[in-house]
Formats: sequence, C-alpha cells, structure tokens
Amino acid sequence: MTTLQTVFAKAKADNRAALVGYLPAGFPSKDGAIAAATALVEAGCDVIEIGLPYSDPLMDGPTIQDAVHRSLTNGTRIADVMRTVEGVAATGAATLVMTYWNPIDRYGAERFARDLASAGGVGTITPDLTPEESGTWREASAAAGIDTVFLVAPSSTEERIQAVADCCTGFVYAASLMGVTGARESVNVAAEGLVKRTRAHTDLPVCVGLGVGTGAQAAEVAGYADGVIVGSAFIRRLLDAPDEAAGLASIAELAREMAQGVRSRG
Amino acid sequence: MTHDGSILTAADLAGNGVHGDDPDRHGKFGIFGGRYVPEALIPALDEVASVYEKAKNDAQFLREFDHLLRTYAGRPTTLTEVPRFGEQAGGARIILKREDLTHTGAHKINNVIGQALLTKRLGKKRVIAETGAGQHGVATATAAALLGLECVIYMGAVDCERQALNVARMKLLGATVVPVHNGSRTLKDAINEAFRDWVTNVDTTHYLFGTVAGPHPFPEIVRDFARIIGVEARRQTLELTGRLPDAVCAAVGGGSNAIGIFHAFIEDRDVQLHGYEAAGHGLESGEHALTLTAGSVGVLHGSRTYVLQDDEGQTIDSHSISAGLDYPGVGPEHAWLKDTGRATYHGVTDDQAMAAFSLLARTEGIIPAIESSHALAGALELGRELGPEATILVNLSGRGDKDMGTAMKYFNL
Repeated sequence: MTTLQTVFAKAKADNRAALVGYLPAGFPSKDGAIAAATALVEAGCDVIEIGLPYSDPLMDGPTIQDAVHRSLTNGTRIADVMRTVEGVAATGAATLVMTYWNPIDRYGAERFARDLASAGGVGTITPDLTPEESGTWREASAAAGIDTVFLVAPSSTEERIQAVADCCTGFVYAASLMGVTGARESVNVAAEGLVKRTRAHTDLPVCVGLGVGTGAQAAEVAGYADGVIVGSAFIRRLLDAPDEAAGLASIAELAREMAQGVRSRG
Repeated sequence: MTHDGSILTAADLAGNGVHGDDPDRHGKFGIFGGRYVPEALIPALDEVASVYEKAKNDAQFLREFDHLLRTYAGRPTTLTEVPRFGEQAGGARIILKREDLTHTGAHKINNVIGQALLTKRLGKKRVIAETGAGQHGVATATAAALLGLECVIYMGAVDCERQALNVARMKLLGATVVPVHNGSRTLKDAINEAFRDWVTNVDTTHYLFGTVAGPHPFPEIVRDFARIIGVEARRQTLELTGRLPDAVCAAVGGGSNAIGIFHAFIEDRDVQLHGYEAAGHGLESGEHALTLTAGSVGVLHGSRTYVLQDDEGQTIDSHSISAGLDYPGVGPEHAWLKDTGRATYHGVTDDQAMAAFSLLARTEGIIPAIESSHALAGALELGRELGPEATILVNLSGRGDKDMGTAMKYFNL
C-alpha cells in the first residue's frame, strides 16, 4: 500500500506536484469506475479519490451531481465503494474516499474506518465535516491507521486555517475558490494566497482543488502547491463519451496532459 | 409585542434561557444542531451569528423590527374561537392564532422581516431563499421589494407546478424564481441549490433561510423571529380565557411555525405541545414526511437532527399533499423537544388534513393553508381525547388561497 506520505515525498524529490484524480464510485458503472481510475493511475495520477455518492451533494456543481445521480440510480452502495477502493488500491495508487459526513455517520465511524483500511484505502476527505464536529471521526481514523483530510477555503480566517490544519493528516485540501466543484476557465488567483497562508500553519502538503481542468492550469497550480486535484474535468469527458471505451481513452489523454502539467511547474 | 404599545424586548425574541441554555455556543440543542457545512461558509455563518447577537440587544433594531411587524405585517394577529369547528373536536374549546391574517398570508413574514433587516446590517445587497409551498419565497420577495434588495428564490420544479400562483406572486414582486430540477425536485433540492449559490456569492449575499433547520445560527435566529407568535398567543389566551391553554397544536415541516408558537410555552410544564407532521398516504405506504415520527438521527442540510434516510444515510424522498411540509428533515430544536419529551409529534395523513381543511371552511368561514390543516386535524383528535373542558390553541400558520389548485383537484370543485 502506498501512503500519502510516500507519494508527496516522492513528488517533492522529483521537484513536481502530485496529481490527484477524483471519480465517484459506481460511475459510469460499478466496474467502469475501477477501470476509469486505473486508467488515471496508468496515465500518471499519483492519488485517487473515490467519491461516495450521496443524495444531497450540496458542495458539488452540475457535472459531479449528474455522475453521482447516475451512480445512485445504478444502485451503488457503500460495499461497492469499498470494492472500488480495493480495485484501485491494487494498482499501487494511494486511494482515498471523498464523502459527505452523513453516510459515515449512519454506517458507523469505527466500522467505516476499519472497512476502508481493510480495502486498502489510506484515508478520507470530508468536505462538510468541520473541526468542531470531527472528533469522533479523527479518533476512529487514527485507530484504523488512515488519514483525515479537511478543507480550507479562501474565506477561512487564520484561526480557522489553524483549526482545520490541526485536524488534518496526510495533506490539507485548499479549495481554490468560493463555489462548488466544476472546471473553470481559469484557476482563481486566490488559490496561491490560500496555499501560502496555509503553509504558515502546517508542514503538511497542501493540495489545490476546484476548477482545475487543463494541463496548463495544472502546471500553474503545481507552481505553488504540493498537489493538484482534478475531478469534474475527467467526469465531463466520461459523460460526453459515446461509450465507456471512448471515455477511458479520453480521460487517459487528459490525465497524461495533467501529469505533464504537474511536471512543468509554471 | 405588547398590547399597551410598548415595543418588542430582547426577551420577546430569545426568551429567558428557557429549557436550559438553548442552543449552546456551538448551536447545539443537546446532541442536535451544530454545523455540518463546507468550511468556506463558516466565516459567513459566524458573521450572521455575531451581527444577530448585537442586533437582538440593540434598541434601534428592536424598534425597526417592531415597527415593521405592526405597520407592515399586521401584528399583533388576533385569536379566533371556533365553536362550530370545536363541536367536531369533542366539544373542546378551540382557539386559532391567526397567522393567516398577516401580510402575504402566512407566519413566514415574521422571520423574513427580521432577517431582511439583518441583511441590511450585514451590508449585503442580495438575498436568496429556498421555498416549498412558496410562502417563504413570497415573503422574502416581499421584504426584498420593501427594503430594495435583489432577490433570487430557489424552488423545486414539482413545487413550482403545484404552487404556480405563488411563483407568479414572487415574479410580480420582482424576484427571480429558479426552478430546481435535481433530485426529488422539491424543497430539499431547493435548499441544496440555495447553498450552492450562497457559497459562490457569499460576499454579496445573505441566505435568508426559511425554517428552523440548517446550520447554526439559523435554527436560533429563525426561532427568535417567529417567537412573537407564541408570545402574543400566550398573553391573548390568558386575556381571553383567564388561564393557559391545555394544549398547543402546530404543523411541522421544517418546524418554524411550530417553534414560533411552542417556544413561549416551553416553561409552562402543564401545557402540552403537539406537533403534526405530514403522514402523506400513511406510514405503511412509504410516502410521507414523518421525519420525527419515523425517521432516524442523521445530518441533513448542515444540522444533526432526525432525517428520513435509508440504512446508508441516503436521504429518502418525502411526500405530502402540502408542499410546505414535504421535507425529509426537521429543525434540531424539535428533535431535542421530542427526545426530552417536552413536545409530542404525530402524523396526519393527506386525507385527514383535507377533511379538516374543508371542515374549517364550512363551519367557520376560514380557508386554512393545507399545512395548517394538519394541525387542525390534530386538534380534532386531541379535543376528542381531552374532552369538552379542554382549551386547545392551534397555530393557523397560513391561509389557503395558494392551495385552491390542489383543493379543486382533491374535492373535484
């Protein structure tokens, strides 16, 4: 199993940023999600976030909403998420689960952490779990030996960045903009400042997500962050492809472009 | 608000720390409430909380709020005794709190005026809101017009259809109405979409939340602005009957009208508090909105509370003939009142609610909102149980004009 620590140490040694790809479990199909994530790893993604599809994704834009809705319509369950993690972890990529809090809460924090660790997962990203409410989850994660990643945002005060960073292990997720997930024309200029501010509070790697959709944007972000997170741009390609095979080819192409990007720091 | 002309006090808004310290500084009512939202929204929630904290102790703010409630919203609203209706309730003395007589036709105007004034204090120029039945949307559009704020209302596409009249009202008032086509296309999805707008436009925009749910401080703020209902009703009932009512009844969707009338009675331990949720086609049908009665504890829309959810935490779509009660979550304070036993919650089916709707119209000449009709149906049953000596106060939270389309279909009018 590759840990996040290994991934970021290696990227640093190569003088590049790590590339993090996001895909929801069960999309475009249960097996298709594993195939798609595998394609991303083969094309150069270092870390994979597997999204746990949730009925009320209030932080997500239309692209991820669409994919998640299809996944839930396909009947995706938490067992499928764990199977996806297992399949992706087998490729050697560090594999996380990104999820809203309620599914873990309902499943049971200890049970979820244990099952994720058994599946080869290295941690979670929980975008709606605030430091104040995160105690149970951090304890369960520590006991299972998995990392906990939380988000900071451009609106975060210094106190909040400190509080969030104190709860993180693995890395800190810096949301590049005030808004929902989805590729944008350009990466928000606030992202660089947020990364700098976050570094003042922690030695953990800082990864930037939200709005990154091209190799050039990846290169730009790689210029100041330890990792570049890409989700909606991959999903858009899968949604637009005429069939799964074409979708895989298309996301592999984009991932190669991104992998090139994180290696040519702007 | 008092009858002698003195203005609202801070105690009228927040009460006197009744039922413990509610909520605590993290917005917790026991284990319920709190904040489960993207970090990006935390500064905005903190700002709303601190501006509200100052406002509620500021005489100028209280004066402005009081003035608009009196001269614009039509407060205080009256009580109406309904003896012909009461005959069907085992002869119990039924008293209605007439929130249906407020400007825009429902209790929602109280909270909206309070939060629109807060929006000014926040220095923001744009308000967004979710709406189910359209009453909160209409009230928000109204206050936005009054105070010169830009207004965008998110409304489930299904609700836009069944409450078309309210969509037209909002548009006439200058608001933009955005139909939401995601998920179940009802209130819960409208809330998701409003949160997405808020996180994107938080610098310029206040999310004028319409019910006592959502992340802290919304459950507290919305309750405090709706609390005037119970403050008035308690005083008026004492004047009318010489004693407190035996029971207070209200419909519960998100729970704002119910908290609004319950809160002033919480310390009156002998006064029973009854909330009525929408049982839709009945519990067994699976098509209902029985969040407190049949749901389980989870997190929805930023708050820990009772939720209609499956075994893996996915929200289950609710159903009710009344758009305003068609919500799979509920305010965290109701979850707490349920668990502490201070209030009791029951289900009322579509058919029971429509029977009460029709009965009040025919016996008393008052056409209630279908939401409020759930409380009326509950009072009919409770009256038969408590007997003719009992006095039951019912929150008639809104009027039924908006429900004529539904009524025409249901009764074949």
